[in-house]
Amino acid sequence: MSETRGRIAYITHRAVFSAAHRLYRDDLSPEANQSIFGKCATPFGHGHNYDLEVTLKGPVSPESGMVMGLAELEAIVDREVISKFDHRNLNRDVEAMAGINPTAEHLVRVIWKQLEPALPAGLLHNVSCRETPNNRSHFKGEH
Amino acid sequence: MAKVYLTRRAGFCSAHRLYRPEWSDQKNWDVYGKCSSEHGHGHNYVIEVTICGEIDPETDMVMNLTDLKAIMERAILDPFDHHNLSMDVPQLKGVNTTAENLAVVCWDLLLPHLPDGTLYEVKILETENNAAYYRGE
Repeated sequence: MSETRGRIAYITHRAVFSAAHRLYRDDLSPEANQSIFGKCATPFGHGHNYDLEVTLKGPVSPESGMVMGLAELEAIVDREVISKFDHRNLNRDVEAMAGINPTAEHLVRVIWKQLEPALPAGLLHNVSCRETPNNRSHFKGEH
Repeated sequence: MAKVYLTRRAGFCSAHRLYRPEWSDQKNWDVYGKCSSEHGHGHNYVIEVTICGEIDPETDMVMNLTDLKAIMERAILDPFDHHNLSMDVPQLKGVNTTAENLAVVCWDLLLPHLPDGTLYEVKILETENNAAYYRGE
């Protein structure tokens, strides 16, 4: 029989949310926005089915055999992210994104900031978000 | 020499139950929720095994994926598939079959059959939305 206690494992919970956004900087001209953000700068925005993966890294509890209950992780992701981001406009309706250009890169950084205080200290390892099947960004809390 | 990662995926269909006999039913329910239901439940598990190494200049492979497939079948799929992980898999005797523990045990089962230093990660997906992985740490 394998001894599993004390081993460091990773758990990932996946969740999806559907949101509108527009990539645009008010401090740049429409031409500059068009040249940097292309069709993502279209005036009235567009949308994605975002696919979020939240990964925790930590010791397997000798009591529960888990890093953290996946149901508990799901509830936290749901409360801190999905309930606030799903079926919203990231530029206009989401408090955590206020004043932030909602690129895929900023999005994972903001989601990390939302989740970290709600999780046991030191467990959050990676936040990854897929905008389309072809594009994904990751943040590991590195500065 | 370039270091390359190679992943082989496989599936197994198994029942399990998360339950610690030394705890009360209420405590098991508090910790494991519906996963502690008395008669178990099941998943279409997916296991992804990643090995890592240099490309062999003779074969142009890190490892023959057919060999990796055969090792996974022998070590994991044969004993796990269409069994109850909490009841009738000798390799899991005494193990509470959380995704984390499964990833660790599968690592331990595969390690002796693979060339030294090649095993990089064992990932267990219980559902499309939940996965655990272990890297030997």
